[in-house]
Amino acid sequence: MASESATTAGRTDSLDRVSTAPPSPLAEFWSYYRENAGAVIGLVVFGLLCLIAIFAPLIAPHDPIQQYRDALLVPPVWQEGGRAEFLLGTDAVGRDMLSRLMHGARYSLFIGCVVVSLALTVGIMVGLVAGYAGGVVESVIMRLMDVILAFPYLLFALVLVAILGPGLLNAMIAIAVVLQPHFVRLTRAAVVGEKGKDYVTSARVAGAGPFRLVFRTILPNCLAPLIVQATLSFSSSILDAAALGFLGMGAQPPTPEWGTMLAESREFMLRAPWVVTFPGLAILITVLSINLVGDGLRDALDPKLKRS
Amino acid sequence: MLRFLLTRIALLLPTFLGITVVAFSFIRLLPGDPVLLMAGERGLTPERHAELLHRFGFDRPLWQQYAEYLGNLVQGDFGQSLVTKKPVFVEFFTLFPATMELSIVAILLAMAIGLPAGMLAAVKRGSILDHGVMGTALVGYSMPIFWWGLLLIIFFSGWLHWTPVSGRISLVYFFKPVTGFMLIDSLLSGQKGAFASALSHLILPSIVLGTIPLAVIARQTRSAMLEVLGEDYVRTARAKGLPPSRVIGLHALRNALIPVITVIGLQIGTLFAGAILTESIFSWPGIGKWMVDSIFRRDYPSVQGGLVLIALIVMLVNLTVDLLYGLINPRIRHQR
Repeated sequence: MASESATTAGRTDSLDRVSTAPPSPLAEFWSYYRENAGAVIGLVVFGLLCLIAIFAPLIAPHDPIQQYRDALLVPPVWQEGGRAEFLLGTDAVGRDMLSRLMHGARYSLFIGCVVVSLALTVGIMVGLVAGYAGGVVESVIMRLMDVILAFPYLLFALVLVAILGPGLLNAMIAIAVVLQPHFVRLTRAAVVGEKGKDYVTSARVAGAGPFRLVFRTILPNCLAPLIVQATLSFSSSILDAAALGFLGMGAQPPTPEWGTMLAESREFMLRAPWVVTFPGLAILITVLSINLVGDGLRDALDPKLKRS
Repeated sequence: MLRFLLTRIALLLPTFLGITVVAFSFIRLLPGDPVLLMAGERGLTPERHAELLHRFGFDRPLWQQYAEYLGNLVQGDFGQSLVTKKPVFVEFFTLFPATMELSIVAILLAMAIGLPAGMLAAVKRGSILDHGVMGTALVGYSMPIFWWGLLLIIFFSGWLHWTPVSGRISLVYFFKPVTGFMLIDSLLSGQKGAFASALSHLILPSIVLGTIPLAVIARQTRSAMLEVLGEDYVRTARAKGLPPSRVIGLHALRNALIPVITVIGLQIGTLFAGAILTESIFSWPGIGKWMVDSIFRRDYPSVQGGLVLIALIVMLVNLTVDLLYGLINPRIRHQR
């Protein structure tokens, strides 16, 4: 009896300490996000990749473009003939694979950041204008986006690079142009959906100008799908940049960009499979980790899936 | 239905015009002298330059040039290749069957594996099988297919010597193309071993090209299936004692297929983009490789013509999918 009342007392005690305030949006988001084990793993891997990219010059054992003439096509250390100084082997001109891969992470993540910021900013602006203005402006903008989307994305990017000239910067611009119609469409759809709602009308009645209406009232309520799309665009921009590099239209040698590395080492692939295996594996791991994060974000941010 | 058809076609007109504007601007946006780009000649005399300038119409106002370009397109004149001097239209449709054969086999492969895999994952939701299928699908979806192709070549062609590295058929076989599809032509030719050779050349490229559509189809099938399995009519079918195979195979699958078909149709753009990479890796003589080669050879009229033709085909396929969707799902057809 006594022990029972003690437990009850303990329970009331713990109940008292339960906060009734709504959890902060970030905490709420995290509690949804961490339910998805894959998403958490993706986030950890992505975090590690970021660290590698940031500290590449410090942790890379060699200079990524230093050619060791006495160590051409040295296999990875666990294979016969491997050397401890070149953990993942060397390429056809004797550059250390591991160092090149680490520096490659910088390029890929940098490409992702630049392309997504560019596509996101331009896409949101154009989408907001289209959704808010309506009428002819909207029709013209949306038909323009249809035209960009009518071309297979890689083909359009290739042609843009042909116009601008091959190189990493132009490849990034081209990919951003190809990706931004998705942001325009999403933003416009969200704005059209939100525009007629009561809170927007009340803000307008309260005297909010168009800029305040669009950026402070409407935009924050359209962010969830945009964040998810941004994550997915991040991974596809890395893939596309690597594809352009592979076709010789992206970063130019000797840049240690993963796609360019693949293109350079194609002819040695049967003799020295590691020169092809590792750069591709690096692309796959990076893209996979970001896609895992994207899936987790979608599940955590999608109000339809949220259990209230 | 006719009304639905006409509206859809009318909606495509502005897009088509936009596509032609993009292709028209392409040559004029390239850095350098458009005449030199178009003529592909070096060391022109000023007289020859002026003559060509006039012949290509670069001395006239832009709108006149565009009107003439559009007029030519409508009459089927898509320009002339600088390298082969043949009409781009002819070049394109000589190579097109190769890309189409590859794409069809790739998408069939993707459907043959993706549909059952997605269904299984949905029916066994939360099981190891479900996690396995979805994990594999995510890897496939994230795959840099140009690397995937190289890996398959290293493994199957380099180590096992099972498949050839490039091309469409072994050089010992030669026959006139009838349909342009190597699988069919090799059978028609009646030469021994020709079909097997064509097939062995096709396997790796179609796996590579089919990988991303396969992943997308599996994911989409699973989520569509999950949605349908929760519907009332599925519960009713179960409640009246139908065997699970019939409930899933008939009641659920039919309705789950509607969104899946749309997604398969939308893969056409992805297929073309994938064909650019796949064909480059396997030296597959199709449109994708031709476009890349044309860009590198500075054969700009070919690039220009190819752009319009590819965008047109993508547009037509999307239209067909739209119409099919209207046929399957009356709710779409009667929407105003």
